Amino acid sequence: MKIGVLALQGAVQEHARTVEAVGAEAILVKRVEQLAELDGLILPGGESTAMRRLIDRYDFLEPLKAFGAAGKPIFGTCAGMILLAKRINNQETSHLGLMDVTVERNAFGRQVDSFETDLEIKGVAQDFPAVFIRAPYILEAGPEVEVLSEDTGRIVAARDGHYLATAFHPELTADTRLIGYFVEMVKNTAV
Amino acid sequence: MAKTGTDLVKRGMAEMQKGGVIMDVVNAEQAKIAEEAGAVAVMALERVPSDIRAAGGVARMADPTITEEVLNAVSIPVMAKARIGHIVEARVLEAMGVDYIDESEVLTPADEEYHLNKSEFTVPFVCGSRDLGEAARRIGEGASMLRTKGEPGTGNIVEAVRHMRKVQSQVRKLISMDLDEVMTFAKDLGAPYDVLLQIREAGKLPVVNFAAGGVATPADAALMMQLGADGVFVGSGIFKSDNPAKFAKAIVEATTHYQDYKLIAELSKGLGTPMKGIDIASLSPEDRMQERGW
Repeated sequence: MKIGVLALQGAVQEHARTVEAVGAEAILVKRVEQLAELDGLILPGGESTAMRRLIDRYDFLEPLKAFGAAGKPIFGTCAGMILLAKRINNQETSHLGLMDVTVERNAFGRQVDSFETDLEIKGVAQDFPAVFIRAPYILEAGPEVEVLSEDTGRIVAARDGHYLATAFHPELTADTRLIGYFVEMVKNTAV
Repeated sequence: MAKTGTDLVKRGMAEMQKGGVIMDVVNAEQAKIAEEAGAVAVMALERVPSDIRAAGGVARMADPTITEEVLNAVSIPVMAKARIGHIVEARVLEAMGVDYIDESEVLTPADEEYHLNKSEFTVPFVCGSRDLGEAARRIGEGASMLRTKGEPGTGNIVEAVRHMRKVQSQVRKLISMDLDEVMTFAKDLGAPYDVLLQIREAGKLPVVNFAAGGVATPADAALMMQLGADGVFVGSGIFKSDNPAKFAKAIVEATTHYQDYKLIAELSKGLGTPMKGIDIASLSPEDRMQERGW
């Protein structure tokens, strides 16, 4: 089981560590060719605008879209969720446009408003420690999207078929239940 | 219950900046160029370090008009500098919604004895360090991110290299050290014992450590990444160059692909004249910003 972590910028090592902690192999993806050997991919937290610039510069955009279209699972956290979304509020264009959700960027405010809290995540945990950093949330989810978690009425974790997204950073804590959930998704998606 | 301003939230913010470039800007236009080039954050300033050096006199927190202009111009995080030990400048920046404060030796210190008690703030802080003792003292005070001090505004990488290597080698020494030896090491470094124990236990610093102070070319940025920096601050280099947009992009790419030498060769072509640069030995002791703070 090979899980890639897009390694252009952001919390790459942390994801790689949690992937290995649940017994899968983590691959740091810096080149388009590496996508071919992967069973699943994580888009990490970081700065979505900075990542998008690097995605464009190294012609990652179409290969990433194709990776998703081929049915391979993708998990986006924070900036990764923004990259996955079909729609970004108040922006005319989106990035990969794979997951049927509308996201709001920096939706909880600036860094002083960043917070941690315990969340109930459907099928994952009753008390998941969630760290929100200048986080986005899902404003609207399409009919096929399963909402996995809400914080004070705002959607912060969701699944759309083989796409999984969280507004928070599971990689910043030692809790591996969510990454375990994603690895199960990958196992159950025989491509 | 939601908790703000925790170590996890403050340090996590810096984790998200890893592998990225933070650029000094003095207005909205420069901030937009930086964002467009792929900067992970901008540092809003009244003057870049090389101009602070040239201007002389007391350097203070930027006029809030500039900081506000930059806050409104971009969606990436905005950092700003407060003078060492200046509690009110730091509180003002926090109140303005700045995402990260640099308690910076580039500005004239407000307190020559005490740094800020950064643990009391909700906003996270980045601080400079030259060795593990200084790094551990700042962590002890609540810094959520470190950077080398280097020698700002010189366009000379030598001090940043020295400070990065020093911290790395002292961390390696600490990790391999017998537990019996840690207290004496703490005494020699002037470092808080409990912070050293945490570093020894984790096998690494508990916060990210960026390179800063003298990065003038894409190769400089890549060098610092190769020496173990988590990311790069570029001050005077970008907007003092002939083509800031091109230069900024080149630095971002060299930081991401710091071991791709062919790429760095391509990126480095035709960037125009870099900063002239200053030989550190030619600076008189009172002009060495790195000696500010302890």
